[in-house]
Amino acid sequence: MPDLLHRYGPDLLTGFGMTLFTWALGTLLGFALGFAIELLRRFGPKRLAWPIRAYVEFIRGTPFLVQLFVLYYGGPLIGLRLDALPAGVLGLTIYGSAYFTEILRAGFDAVPKGQIEAARAMGFTDGVIVRRIMVPVMMVSALPALVNFAIILTKETVILSMITVPEIMFQTQTMMSETFAFVEPILILALFFWGFVEVISRLGRRLERRFTHYLLERS
Amino acid sequence: MFSFQTIFDNLPVLIGAARYTLLISVLGCAQGLLVGAVVCAGALSRRVWLRRAAALYVSFFRGVPLLIQLLVAFYLLPVIGINVPALVAAVLTVGLCAAAYLSEVLRGALNAIPRGQAEAAAAIGMAPRDLWLRILLPQALKIGLPAIINELILLVKASSLVTVVGIVEITRMSQSIASATYRPLEIYLAAAFLYLAINLVIAQAGRLLERRLAY
Repeated sequence: MPDLLHRYGPDLLTGFGMTLFTWALGTLLGFALGFAIELLRRFGPKRLAWPIRAYVEFIRGTPFLVQLFVLYYGGPLIGLRLDALPAGVLGLTIYGSAYFTEILRAGFDAVPKGQIEAARAMGFTDGVIVRRIMVPVMMVSALPALVNFAIILTKETVILSMITVPEIMFQTQTMMSETFAFVEPILILALFFWGFVEVISRLGRRLERRFTHYLLERS
Repeated sequence: MFSFQTIFDNLPVLIGAARYTLLISVLGCAQGLLVGAVVCAGALSRRVWLRRAAALYVSFFRGVPLLIQLLVAFYLLPVIGINVPALVAAVLTVGLCAAAYLSEVLRGALNAIPRGQAEAAAAIGMAPRDLWLRILLPQALKIGLPAIINELILLVKASSLVTVVGIVEITRMSQSIASATYRPLEIYLAAAFLYLAINLVIAQAGRLLERRLAY
């Protein structure tokens, strides 16, 4: 086992870095895209409502693995030729955006009407109402669900190994097929992920507490 | 050129493979409910170590990606002397994973049942067994139904991961058709829409069942 770690340690570390990188980038871009989609749905032209709904339903109704296959293996047929890593990040972005946009929708719906009416009565312009009232209030109520989904995405990153993105799972599988050692690598991988998700969850809870602190104090 | 012909030609085979997708997700969900009820009972137990064990179970199965759990089952079970067919290992793993989520669903549903009902049952001398089987569990299943249907839909999608242990369900079948026909775009899209159709049917059936059970 020490030999294995010595030989494959660096690969595993870069794999771990890749896992973190794809997760962080996919989550951020997915959130940004989801936010843009939600703004379009809420404030954009009405005729976009149907295509957006179809997009969200399609992404949420199909397995992430199949989406990746469509993108990575099917993409070249329509001229979308991507390497594994960009394809993986794009896949995570698209997948995340559909879920994020639904979370944000619920958040916007939860903004009390009275606050918007009050702002309008005080002469705030529509742009200011959205930026200074609706978005901040929405973010607070959506935060727990957003954090929760970001945690779910950590686990989806291992699926990128299926299109050969060299993240931790891929590195471990390479190690397994080269050394025929199965037990230790898989156990280590499982324990590693358990710890990783646990740490991210704790950080998420702390983030939530910081931003929703005042809500708890009052009640 | 997008070839609809490829899709039409291979659709019957894909639908045939959907049997395994359904088998794994439905059996996994059923097993998840059974094991989940046990884990939930542990989480609600008065004994501290049972509560700890239940929390550990939920944390492990929710914290480790299903893909890794499947590999653990596939590679580790034979090492400790348990030789089961890949299909059985897959269903068991999916079920154990689902149990972690479903135990939380059941816990939430049980909490939603007014406390007075359990007290009333105790007051008229109902045995704990009857209390659980006749009062609490039926209501918990009903209250939790939307979340259980949701979990079933998640499982249909998650079942695509059992390709790694070599079970020929929709995704694996589409992989082999795609490499045989050189038509990955059409085939994977067809597979995606097949999943979508299955999930829409399940969602609709869930809504009907909910309406049926509502009083």
